[in-house]
Amino acid sequence: MGMTIVEKILARATGRPFVKAGEVVEPAVDLAMSHENGALVINQFLEIYKGTGREAKIWDPQRVAIIFDHRVPAESAKTATNQKKVREFVLSQGISKFHDIRGDEGGICHQVLPEFGYVRPGYVVTGTDSHTTTHGALGAFAFGIGATEMASVWTLGTVLNLEIPGTIKIVVNGRMPEHVSPKDLILHIIGTLTAQGANFQVIEFHGSTIRAMSTSGRLVLCNMSVEAGATSGIVPADEETVRYLKKEAGVTDAIDLVVPDADASYTRIVEINAATLSPQIACPHAVDNVKPVEAVAGTKIQQIVVGSCTNGRLDDLEAAARILKGKKVAAGVRMLVFPASWRVYKEAMKAGYLGDLADAGAVIVNPGCGCCLGVHQGALADGDVALSTTNRNFAGRMGNPKSEVYLCSPEVAAASALTGVIRDPR
Amino acid sequence: MTANQGTESAAAASQVVMKLGDDISTDAIYPGRFMATVLPSETPQYAFADYPEFRALVKDGSLAAGSVLVAGSNFGCGSSREQAASALRGFNLTIVARGFARIFLQNAINLGLQVVACDQIEASVGDALEISSERLFNKTTGKRFETQPLPAARQAIMKAGGLIAYTRQRLLKKPH
Repeated sequence: MGMTIVEKILARATGRPFVKAGEVVEPAVDLAMSHENGALVINQFLEIYKGTGREAKIWDPQRVAIIFDHRVPAESAKTATNQKKVREFVLSQGISKFHDIRGDEGGICHQVLPEFGYVRPGYVVTGTDSHTTTHGALGAFAFGIGATEMASVWTLGTVLNLEIPGTIKIVVNGRMPEHVSPKDLILHIIGTLTAQGANFQVIEFHGSTIRAMSTSGRLVLCNMSVEAGATSGIVPADEETVRYLKKEAGVTDAIDLVVPDADASYTRIVEINAATLSPQIACPHAVDNVKPVEAVAGTKIQQIVVGSCTNGRLDDLEAAARILKGKKVAAGVRMLVFPASWRVYKEAMKAGYLGDLADAGAVIVNPGCGCCLGVHQGALADGDVALSTTNRNFAGRMGNPKSEVYLCSPEVAAASALTGVIRDPR
Repeated sequence: MTANQGTESAAAASQVVMKLGDDISTDAIYPGRFMATVLPSETPQYAFADYPEFRALVKDGSLAAGSVLVAGSNFGCGSSREQAASALRGFNLTIVARGFARIFLQNAINLGLQVVACDQIEASVGDALEISSERLFNKTTGKRFETQPLPAARQAIMKAGGLIAYTRQRLLKKPH
């Protein structure tokens, strides 16, 4: 019997020829990522060393990445002080993959990691953020963990007592119709699997639609795999992965492609015909409350958000700008655009997308997690309805439990911005 | 429950104080707007901040250690924020759910928050529960339920007293 991609990656990370789902292993970690919550990781890390008489040293500072993105620039003295604490720790430990609040290299962690070539196919990536699943788009096994578990990784360099997850294989074939994007595909998948349908499992993406998809689109699929409960979403690496890493991420060393065996064993296989998809929308207050956009067309909205680690890349901003260029965001609607990174921001600026969006009435916010999780900027009023390209719409997610959030693609968001009501872009 | 506790206090300690549905996210348990607060000693003040029912229990002082929250499936879905587990741990609550989301479950184990998976649980606010390693007895309704034990790998961390202690043991086994 062959191995799934996660079994292959974990066999390599434990130095064994063969492992299978259900086994408990302690894989070596290739990359360990944190953001502002590094402040809590540091606290727990020092706690581990307390009373041991040993010097608290990270196992391998070259394998640790810290990216400030959740509250940038700091919204409060408390955050600024936490960021300062992390900055000092980074210096003292010699952590090299540190991205501070800077226009030359900053951004959302899930965009910065791929952009800078930090993630490679076959890697075991842990992050103190549930959307760490994003990095599976490059063929890595990437999953979210809590701060204390990260402190353990910093200490030992391994994940302790990891039960190897089973894998759901999703095969997507066919050409996606016009105005249908990877966001619509993953919303459809979450609606089909439900918010817990992939709990404790990995989703492996296959099929001609996935092969034809750019890395940018694959990042969307893997980013939101966690919304079906998946430990990770993984697209087995191929020529597109190599192209992205070499051409866009500047990787120069050899790239080892890890792919699943043809006779691997899956817990479930789901087949999807992409040609039949229509624009999808996740309705309040659950990400799996997915409907075709036309089912809620006409719903009045007060705030539109385009951006985030899900849909804040160049092609997303291009899609929105193409629809809004030379037109106006409807009166009474606030449109916020936050690119996923400063690299994306500057490319979108050069391409004229940001100018087109601002001329239409959108506010361009600096790269960061922004209003997605209600911690910084863009709060909603009581009774407000938001239409957003972000990844979660739980009650109160955007900071106000008396508001509603719908999730959609950049095209649906931009088309709806013109009218102030939810609209199918077709 | 330890043997030296009186019957009365034992019953009080396992009372269901709140009942929740499926898919309770960590955003619900610990809203994002309080995430700048990270230390386990400070997070309980924001637990279920948008649930007046829960905050009233805190205010009244009626949230005794060992009080039980009963929830549906996929409890703790969404964000990996550890504050959700540490905030509940701060009150020494026991969470009985039909199922847990992965990251929350791991965080709970790592921090020593009592979590019990019981896929058939039926209980109402005010019911008294007796929880052992394999069974749950609702003393109020007289119904018995099987619980699903944690995998051995997770029990090992629980037994060590949490992941900090468990990792420390491992660290000390490593050569200097």
